[in-house]
Amino acid sequence: MATVKDIHFLDPASRPGVAAGSLTDSSFGAGGDAESADQVVGEKMVLNMGPSHPSTHGVLRVVLELDGETITRADPDIGYLHRGDEKIAENMTYNQFVPYTDRLDYLAPLANNVAYALAVEKLMGLKLPLRGQYIRTICCELARVSAHLLGLGAFAMDVGALTVFMHTFTEREKVYNLAERLTGARFTTSYTRVGGQTRDLPLGWLDGVRKFCDEVSVTIEEADKLLTRNRIWMDRTRGVGVISGADAVDFGLTGPNLRGSGVDYDVRKASPYLLYDQLDFEVPVGSVGDCYDRYLVRMEEMRQSVRLLRQCADRIPGGGENPHHEPINVADGKVFLPPKEKVLTRMEELIHQFMLVTQGVNAPPGEVYFGAENPKGELGFYIQSRGGGTPYRLKIRAPSFCNLSIMAHCLPGHMISDVTAILGSFDFVMGECDR
Amino acid sequence: MPTALEFANRLREKFGDVLSTPTEFRGEVTITVTDPLRVAEVCQEAKTACGFDFLVDLTGVDNYGQEPRWTVVYELFGLAHRCHLRLKTSVGEAVSEIPTVSRVWRTAEWHEREAYDMLGIRFQGHPDLRRILMWEGYPYFPLRKDFPLAGKPSEVPDVAFTKPAPLEGGPFVTVAGGPDSIAREPRVRTLERQD
Repeated sequence: MATVKDIHFLDPASRPGVAAGSLTDSSFGAGGDAESADQVVGEKMVLNMGPSHPSTHGVLRVVLELDGETITRADPDIGYLHRGDEKIAENMTYNQFVPYTDRLDYLAPLANNVAYALAVEKLMGLKLPLRGQYIRTICCELARVSAHLLGLGAFAMDVGALTVFMHTFTEREKVYNLAERLTGARFTTSYTRVGGQTRDLPLGWLDGVRKFCDEVSVTIEEADKLLTRNRIWMDRTRGVGVISGADAVDFGLTGPNLRGSGVDYDVRKASPYLLYDQLDFEVPVGSVGDCYDRYLVRMEEMRQSVRLLRQCADRIPGGGENPHHEPINVADGKVFLPPKEKVLTRMEELIHQFMLVTQGVNAPPGEVYFGAENPKGELGFYIQSRGGGTPYRLKIRAPSFCNLSIMAHCLPGHMISDVTAILGSFDFVMGECDR
Repeated sequence: MPTALEFANRLREKFGDVLSTPTEFRGEVTITVTDPLRVAEVCQEAKTACGFDFLVDLTGVDNYGQEPRWTVVYELFGLAHRCHLRLKTSVGEAVSEIPTVSRVWRTAEWHEREAYDMLGIRFQGHPDLRRILMWEGYPYFPLRKDFPLAGKPSEVPDVAFTKPAPLEGGPFVTVAGGPDSIAREPRVRTLERQD
């Protein structure tokens, strides 16, 4: 539960005045006096929401300044989950960092793995064989469906519609079963490597994906019936947390939060990677930019993801069984580990394995930025390499970090109860925001 | 539709020697701002005249042991023309301060706070330059290359770790960019043994 942190009983006129509505006063984060003298009508209250609060989805802390129940100022305080991922990345080889990417947006680990591998491959100038690219596309879209299912369920639960969560959570479980069969782990998948994947699709896995597509479509429609024309849902979300398109771009919003504000920007269309330029899908865009629009965009994105999954399952070279051993990884022993039986019987493969494991993939000097459309928005990796097996600098552009930066601008003027709706509609993950 | 290279050249026409010749790597155009004090001006021009309305990312880099020590990297994107452009600028350790671009793109406000928090680069004119990921009062800048991975103990109680972090002495830690494979190979590295 949120607790009352600080109440000022000072005479308003005696306080130091600052510019009205500005967030410049650095003492505000520490709960100091930061109101302008002419603005004060009654006593204002500072309320800490989080870092441990059900609607902050992790460890976000929002310091709210309240006039009655209306928010006059909001200051998001992040960093409670900071683990120094960028520092760690500088100290290990490219492949060793893959498990850390699972823990960025921990609701879509497969998509993070793929984005990171693609970033390093861009630095190396590699392109995967077609089957490998199809597998990665399937992984990305599965992750998107699963992340949106959870995000939607949690959003509805925050606003009071508990039932939806039960339906979507059941469906999400199926994605994790698929991930377990594919990678051996449900959450911490660590599926990709530089230049490929750890393993090919297991037998019958694609049929599992098709079955999931059929089943999740039913759930999406059920959730749609429960919410989209629901009077209470509409009252709680429409016209709440309105963000204009210009503001959304200015604050660097990406993903469904940007598109909910009517800006047609999807990395999959704007700078296509993997096979997104060859597949049929549409990018839904909102019109008002309120919580309801962000919800609608996510619903439609799930339907589009199912469409993409079906296309990939039908078109993937080699199909589910891969009888002719279509390659999934780059065929370069200096980049991707050679097959174990060859390592144990042949000289050159043994050397390759030894060099790859001890020194890592040898990347050329240079710098690249690669952004991928993840469920939460554009997950980007800026890699500066000075040669050798480790990055000199690896910066993670986390979508949740940029998305949350608009909170100080967006929350004031709303009621406390709207905060849960707005935070829910933003669907952020602190693991990624704090890194 | 103009390309990123054309935009870079258009900026060069306007600013002349302040901008270096654009370089291209893996299809990305990078242009260096040689005078760090004019970076905000260049960014403003890139936004208004060249349509780079979206600041994707802002990164600080520590070129430890080299001068100038800090590099700040701006990733620009234009939603209308869908071109990507990278701006870079460097500033020495003695100055450690460059103008803010948070008035050009407001998303830079948090990115710059992060760069300050992690590396200690200050942004002149920033409306609210305080720590963002670490806590207020933390004495170090953890992403600097001379800050050890194991963490640093502090004399000040309750503000920093007084014991090394759990990753200390990790057996699989490889060193970035060492002179040879012996220097790079994974081995136990502690505060006492930083070879």
